[in-house]
Amino acid sequence: MIETRGLRKSFRSRAGRETKTVEAVRGVDLDVPAGEIFGFLGPNGAGKTTTLRMLATLIEPDGGQATIAGADLLKDPGEVRRRIGYVAQGGSTWDESTGREELVLQARMYGIGKAEAHRRAARALEAFQLAEFADRKCKTYSGGQRRRVEIALGIIHEPKIVFLDEPTTGLDPQSRAHMWDEIRRLRADGMTVFITTHYLDEADALCDRIAIMDHGELVAEGTPTDLKREISGDVVQVGLDVTATGEAEKLLDGEEYVNRLELLDEGGLRLFVDEGATAIPRILRRIDAAGLDLKSIELHRPSLDDVFLTKTGRSLRES
Amino acid sequence: MKLARDTWLIFQRQLHLLLRNPVWVFVGVFQPVMYLLLFAPLLKPALGAPTQAEAYKIFVPGLLVLLAIFGGLFQGFGLIAELRAGVIERSRVTPVSRLALLLGRSLRDVVSLMTQAVIITLLALLFDLRVFIGDLLLAYLMLALIALMTSAVSYGVALKVKSEDALAPLMNTVAQPVLLLSGILLPLAFAPGWLQGVAKWNPFSWAVDGTRALFNGDIGNDRVWQGLTIIAILAAAGVYWAARQFARSVR
Repeated sequence: MIETRGLRKSFRSRAGRETKTVEAVRGVDLDVPAGEIFGFLGPNGAGKTTTLRMLATLIEPDGGQATIAGADLLKDPGEVRRRIGYVAQGGSTWDESTGREELVLQARMYGIGKAEAHRRAARALEAFQLAEFADRKCKTYSGGQRRRVEIALGIIHEPKIVFLDEPTTGLDPQSRAHMWDEIRRLRADGMTVFITTHYLDEADALCDRIAIMDHGELVAEGTPTDLKREISGDVVQVGLDVTATGEAEKLLDGEEYVNRLELLDEGGLRLFVDEGATAIPRILRRIDAAGLDLKSIELHRPSLDDVFLTKTGRSLRES
Repeated sequence: MKLARDTWLIFQRQLHLLLRNPVWVFVGVFQPVMYLLLFAPLLKPALGAPTQAEAYKIFVPGLLVLLAIFGGLFQGFGLIAELRAGVIERSRVTPVSRLALLLGRSLRDVVSLMTQAVIITLLALLFDLRVFIGDLLLAYLMLALIALMTSAVSYGVALKVKSEDALAPLMNTVAQPVLLLSGILLPLAFAPGWLQGVAKWNPFSWAVDGTRALFNGDIGNDRVWQGLTIIAILAAAGVYWAARQFARSVR
């Protein structure tokens, strides 16, 4: 449904007298099959939104190729526009308009006739449980309601694929869960959904496949399960005082069963080991022998957060 | 065909939103009416006009041109609010015509200006201003072209600067010399030679002269067709340039 090869974009930014070229996206190859929820992950500034805006025809790529829903992005952006929907991160509704007016206008901007536009707006309002607010101004809507109108705007013309830029950012947990259901419903209707997010739990729960982007490049791609399996073994998290952390690092860094070790900002260590059950007693013995004060010890299977950490060298939360 | 349909679509939407809050039409009329009531009475003695009606024939056309220039130039603020709300980006991912995104908005501005111009003309009639209807319609055409140009330019600049903080001083800086060099408040016939020379390069000064000639019933005056031609060309150029800003990437 989406196929890109070597998609590139750089921006010139001026700081004082110097002009600097920032390579926002440095050659992205993506293959998104039809009917999937595809998650696009990365820290802020990784180039996610730039890639998305290129795919949505909002900015012109500097180079590379892309085919979206069968249309060539560089040669025929007009045709791409007809086949895709796009929901921006920062909102897209006008305070003084009503939800219904916005939906009708959007349908008509896609060339749909007046009567059909009204029918579709009514259907969308029903499907997104917005019917009772349909004729109120958008400024009176809650964050979740407004976001639902915006998603409805993005799919009013029944596109084959819809791009959602951080669809749940800023929503409360309940609206967020509600939004996940809506997104799954889009997939059930046969739509391909391409979402960006920086919530790893969201990517894990919602997406069929994900790609991780960092510094303008893709650093990983696959199903959440595959990506987690790639990091073989278990993760043992050892809680220690910040003062004791350095010493513990020296103790454990050389141990042959520790594949990799990371320091935690709040004090303590994260150890990547082959098998947690045999590693934990050995870790405990070393810490006990050194007389260090252990605060906690946890064993868990690798999460997407660990995948992210391994692939980009930092945790998504700190970036 | 698609252009006409899309333009109508955007125009309807913008007009609908304007009518939902019609107070702005009257805010727009308030200032010129104040000029009409509180400033124009000074003109008969100041200009040495034989009657009050003669003074209005000079002042009202200038006032209307002033309204068209300023009314248009400050439309960009509304567009910046739309940019911020994401409405423009939402339009740009659809196949809607880019020229229509501009024209629909600018034509709404022209209609709102014409409403104000009619109200002011009617008020001036109470003060014994008399104009032939044909001349008046041609004068309105001039005003419509001015408003089309200034509003298009304002939208184009708004898309470039993307912030009210930059747009306000920019528009004021442009508008002030344009205003003073067009003989809007007082005819440039009173100006010293050098000032008249500079004003010749101001297209709005030709437009003001042309509009005054029309209000004076002097439709054969060269300034009429010259003013209309100059403004029509500039309006076309302004629309072309601003529509390109809509088509280009907007962050």
